[in-house]
Amino acid sequence: MAFDWGPLFLTFKLAAMVTVILWVIGIPLAYWLAHSRVRWKTLVETLVSMPLVLPPSVLGFYLLLTFSPNSWFGSTLQRHLGIQLAFSFSGLVVASVIFSLPFMVHPIQAGFQSLPLALQEAAYVLGKSRRETLLRVQLPNIKPSLLSGTVLAFAHTIGEFGVVLMIGGDLPGTTRVASIAIFNEVEALNYSAANLYAMVLFGISFTILLTVYVLNKKLLGTL
Amino acid sequence: MIELVVEKSLKGVTGNYQLDVDLHLAAGEVVALFGASGAGKSTLLRMLAGLISPSRGYIKVDNVLWFDSAKQICLPPQKRQVGMVFQDYSLFPHLNVRDNLRFALVDKKDLKAVDAMLVLTGLENLQDRFPASLSGGQRQRVALARAMLRRPRVLLLDEPLSALDHAMRTQLQDEILALHRRFETTIILVSHDLAEVFKMAQRVCYLENGKIREDGSPLKVFSPQHLLGRWQVHAEVLAIVPLDMLWSVALLIGNQITRIVASTDEVQGLNPGDKVLLFQQAFHPMLIKIP
Repeated sequence: MAFDWGPLFLTFKLAAMVTVILWVIGIPLAYWLAHSRVRWKTLVETLVSMPLVLPPSVLGFYLLLTFSPNSWFGSTLQRHLGIQLAFSFSGLVVASVIFSLPFMVHPIQAGFQSLPLALQEAAYVLGKSRRETLLRVQLPNIKPSLLSGTVLAFAHTIGEFGVVLMIGGDLPGTTRVASIAIFNEVEALNYSAANLYAMVLFGISFTILLTVYVLNKKLLGTL
Repeated sequence: MIELVVEKSLKGVTGNYQLDVDLHLAAGEVVALFGASGAGKSTLLRMLAGLISPSRGYIKVDNVLWFDSAKQICLPPQKRQVGMVFQDYSLFPHLNVRDNLRFALVDKKDLKAVDAMLVLTGLENLQDRFPASLSGGQRQRVALARAMLRRPRVLLLDEPLSALDHAMRTQLQDEILALHRRFETTIILVSHDLAEVFKMAQRVCYLENGKIREDGSPLKVFSPQHLLGRWQVHAEVLAIVPLDMLWSVALLIGNQITRIVASTDEVQGLNPGDKVLLFQQAFHPMLIKIP
């Protein structure tokens, strides 16, 4: 049987989409967590961090219940927007965004908090709005944190197994990502195929992390 | 014309105290705020800049209300057009000198203003350098140039030279004065250094526990009235050593160390580090402790 590259392709498509979505959600969220002084911030912080300690099967189970067409949320989505999240690729994306959220938010939040407040104040006094200060002063000065957040979220999504299995099942071409394909091949005693998937994942993850560490050294050198 | 009439309760090292200040500045004046740390000097600057709000009072600059607690007016720092030089300079580390200055431009295309300011502050040769590779004095000069490019109605200097050595300090003081003469900017300077206050400011406000205790020319504020007309210098006590019935006191005057002989009464309550006034009475040098 010819080797099926589909699961690997699907894995990287998923990781790329999740990372982009996490930029859009994660950066404002990290900014808010770093600067806000409202009391219920701690509650949000806890919720964001939950995927770090929760077994993926628990998270996957509850997400499956929520996404199911029998639930209020799932049926509403399906009826009004025609989106089915359970056992679909979009479901995988939503679940992975939630599951990888702390990996994007934590480094960026720490980055924001490590910046001296005076930099922000200097920009305000020089007449720059919050938005402009964020884009032109704060973000450029936390490049290493942005890089770690991006890479951790990306790599974590590639390595995802439990949540993906619970929410996506194992549908070839839609939700069968590489980590699940490995499991399947091993179950079928097809070790050489499993080995190929595993090696590709290993190689790519190693290359990504190595590039990041090299880049990070360069970035730190210029700051 | 700047009117600063503000109140706020502040947390100090020794407990809470009330900041209660009524300060009127003429346009083009250089005023020094002097006083122990925690007296509220920096807080006043930050209120003017809009980084802290007073709990009561108003701030009016050139007949425009920047803050009024009664009318619930509070302009954000972006709209106040002040220039502020922070104690730690606060240059943007990811931008080179030129881009740090460009950041301050109101009209983004006005690159000539950046060039002119680089020439004026002697930073032309450093324009491509990043802040991390600059010396303290050079950083301070960039911070000053950046603040001036905003064409501020008032320039706020928060102990701008305290981290620099003596020679660099003197040079930058001259440069600030030159900028002042050229742009006729009103300047409020927070300083701990008597020599600096005398050199830079026409007027000094002595703050103590959030209130202005004295307000006037440096000479008037720092010299007791009964000594006016006498020869006198400010000095810092370095060491007090017993000398039979008398005491030998080592003093730092400017950059020079001198020793004088003092009586037990004179050294009573004096400690190394204290600021004193050295004057002459009946051909004999005398000391008085000043706060």
